[in-house]
Amino acid sequence: MNFKHKYFFLFPGLFVLIGILIFPIIFVVRLSLSGWNSYNPGLDYIGLENYIRLFTDDPRFWESFFRLSFLSVTTVILQYVIGFALAHMVWKDIKFKRFFRVLFLVPMMTTPVIMTVIWRTFFHESLGPVNDLLSVFGVAPKWLTDPVVAKFTVIIVEVWQWTPFMFLLLLAGLLSLPREPFLAAAIDGASPVRKFIYVTFPLMAPISIGAIIIRLIEASKIMDTVYVLTSGGPGTSTETSSFYIFIKGLREFQMGYAASMSFTYLIIMIISLTIIAKVLTKVLLKE
Amino acid sequence: MNKLYIFLKYFFIVVWTVFVVAPFLWALTTSFKDFQSVNGGVTYIPWVDFEPNLEGWKVLIKSPAKGGVDIIEPYFNSMFVTCTASLISIILGTLSAYALSRYTFKAGFVKNNDITFFFISQRIMPPIVLSIPFFLFLSSINLLDSLTGLIVVYIVLLMPIAVWIMVDFFNKVPREIDETALIDGCNPYQAFLKVVLPNSIPGLIVAGMFCIIFGWIDFFFAFILTFTEVQLLPVKIVALNSSVTPWWSLSASALVSVAPLIIVAFIVERYLSKGNLSGAIK
Repeated sequence: MNFKHKYFFLFPGLFVLIGILIFPIIFVVRLSLSGWNSYNPGLDYIGLENYIRLFTDDPRFWESFFRLSFLSVTTVILQYVIGFALAHMVWKDIKFKRFFRVLFLVPMMTTPVIMTVIWRTFFHESLGPVNDLLSVFGVAPKWLTDPVVAKFTVIIVEVWQWTPFMFLLLLAGLLSLPREPFLAAAIDGASPVRKFIYVTFPLMAPISIGAIIIRLIEASKIMDTVYVLTSGGPGTSTETSSFYIFIKGLREFQMGYAASMSFTYLIIMIISLTIIAKVLTKVLLKE
Repeated sequence: MNKLYIFLKYFFIVVWTVFVVAPFLWALTTSFKDFQSVNGGVTYIPWVDFEPNLEGWKVLIKSPAKGGVDIIEPYFNSMFVTCTASLISIILGTLSAYALSRYTFKAGFVKNNDITFFFISQRIMPPIVLSIPFFLFLSSINLLDSLTGLIVVYIVLLMPIAVWIMVDFFNKVPREIDETALIDGCNPYQAFLKVVLPNSIPGLIVAGMFCIIFGWIDFFFAFILTFTEVQLLPVKIVALNSSVTPWWSLSASALVSVAPLIIVAFIVERYLSKGNLSGAIK
């Protein structure tokens, strides 16, 4: 095949992407070395001051980061377990198979913030249906205003929203599995549980890794839901890193400091996701 | 044992179905309520618990001057931005994906897989990291609060998805078909347009659906990069969520915004069942 043509195919996309991204990234790094804020908007040079402040004098950022880790890992584990269960259930013949498949996909097609607005009315402490139904048992959790419960409200909403994506990836994987191992298991008379443990699950391991990583990447951006559901509150109890950077950068206009946080955040994301991917590959593929 | 399994299976499916449907049902009933039936305690069943009325829906098509919430313009803005950005991403992404699937690239230690990974890894980028420089950039070239600015940003969000799905899809389209076309005297572009593309329509549809989903549901960039001139649907609806929230029009507008993507769910399911999504994540 001709040598030159390949570049005509590759370059438009590659260069558009690089072209759009390169300046923002360089700019974030440069901005993070400046003291840009609302009183003093400009690219002066203050060295590593922002980073020193971030690493020595800002527990709120690190708290928000650990909170984000907790929220995203918990939601992804829940999504994986539920998504796998659902995919496994509608994989083989079941009544109204296609109806359930479509139904289980629907939440991921809905705009998270818009559904979150609905969830807010749903979990409303005095006028929402959840507490109304729970009042039968005499309990009334403060879904949005209790620091602990609010985290679980965020988790519930995220699980509702994104389990379908996990379900989609895992069902696509299940549908692509070869038939032979299952025939062999059936001939050996394996029980459904043993079949799952020794055949389905190992075959699904590579797909599971892919799906979990993809979901972790997306979950690490949790921000819309939090913004609408609790605005990070009560206090800072549901504030995630993105949301904190958003407040500093685009509410308080401490652009320089926000840039140093976002660059640090990006680096941490890349490192931790790489480590998670390596660990998952080792754990799931070895067994 | 087997009966227990089947019972548990259907039990779980029913529970999950209720969970999935609950917010939609709640929104649907709420959209027919008025002030009294929202604020006077929780009500569920129309005609029994409360008297339904169409106020929540009528408000959506009234002009703002008459106290309506004008969601028609944001609706078309959203559609325009989503479709344009998806189209550009699909075209550029498909070309790059074809190159990555058919040719070998080597520049130092960078090989095909690394380039593919570069494309896909752009999803790792947290939106907040990009939003601050984009905010300052777009304001310096006067594209803040404009559709063009948003489309540029959305291309970054969507092209990785297009490349991801299409590389995998082209890998499954046999190479022989392009080789035959080349032997028959097509140049590489003709071979691509006339032979490879027509054989990749399922892949293009799946990639298109995913771009549309992830474009349509984005809120963050629209929220930060637009204010008053241009409004997208999610931003408009969230703005309704003020202190004195009219739950009925909020619910009605939420349902209206969610509706078109239900069709996408049907299309995705169809291609899923046919096995066209199978390899995408391996």
